[in-house]
Amino acid sequence: MRPFEDVVAEHGATVLRVCRAIVGPVDAEDAWSETFLSALRAYPELPADANVEAWLVTIAHRRALDVGRARTRRAIPVETPPDRPSSRADPSARYPDLWAALQRLPGKQRLALAYHHIAGLPFAEIAELLGNSPDAARRAAADGLKTLRKLYPEDETA
Amino acid sequence: MSTNLFDELHADGDTLSRLHHRLERDAAADGLLDVAYRTVDSPVGTLLLAATDVGLVRVAYDIEDHDAVLAKLARSVSPRVLRAPARLDPVAHQLDEYFGKRRTTFEVTVDLRLAEGFRRSVIEHLREIGYGVRESYAEVAAAVGNPRAVRAVGTACARNPMPVVIPCHRVVRSDGSTGQYVGGAAAKSALLALEAA
Repeated sequence: MRPFEDVVAEHGATVLRVCRAIVGPVDAEDAWSETFLSALRAYPELPADANVEAWLVTIAHRRALDVGRARTRRAIPVETPPDRPSSRADPSARYPDLWAALQRLPGKQRLALAYHHIAGLPFAEIAELLGNSPDAARRAAADGLKTLRKLYPEDETA
Repeated sequence: MSTNLFDELHADGDTLSRLHHRLERDAAADGLLDVAYRTVDSPVGTLLLAATDVGLVRVAYDIEDHDAVLAKLARSVSPRVLRAPARLDPVAHQLDEYFGKRRTTFEVTVDLRLAEGFRRSVIEHLREIGYGVRESYAEVAAAVGNPRAVRAVGTACARNPMPVVIPCHRVVRSDGSTGQYVGGAAAKSALLALEAA
């Protein structure tokens, strides 16, 4: 079994992107930390032939559900929407807009999009996480991408 | 829109390093930091330091291949191995003092789980050999009560899990030549010269 440090080095960045997509940029760091701490705890029991990235995404998915439930419980209406960077010229300023656009997608579309296009999971595994069929997961990812295209037009990012 | 969009979402290196620090702290607090490690620069090259919650468990030279050493620790101790320098700060500091000639003994709690049986007795004896002192392989064999096991003493020294801190470099050949060393003959001469100066 490889040192856990290798797992963090190899998958840390992808899991952070997945967390940003599924819980939003504000809660992403908490979700990442909880994911890797849970993973570290369970790591010695992980089967040798397991797909480590899929395993981490599964943990992140469960943590995201917890974060989502906690956020619903403490949901307080915001009087003014948070500031969004308006500069399209600065590449780094585009990311918050993309994360914001992702947060506006329906839940299953957002998750299917994140798990397929960011984490690279096959639809069969995504279906297990979402509790639907591989076809439904594929449609959700495609619909999500279509919706995201409207919310976040590519020509503005070019 | 192409899905290449997501390729732009490079996770920020600073964020990941901050998250790594947080993981180190959380893991230690939850008792999940089975093996913490860091590296230190020294006059005999980069040294890998690894510690369990018991104490220092491994010191390794560059030529031992640090990745291979960590992989072996993952197999023999626990796969919960994290780069977490805090636990190693005291020994790193003492090594710094040792190489700066401001320290002659290491005050470090050690975890000797990687040395069993006869090797363990040899390692225990090595810890008694004082700074600047040299013993021959034959003398060590006699000291551990097995005067004919000179070759086995050599093997035990070669497989010392904590070179430098446990001073196998002070064991030399009966003819006075330095002999082999886990960190290479040049490193052994350098340590003997440091202690003789």
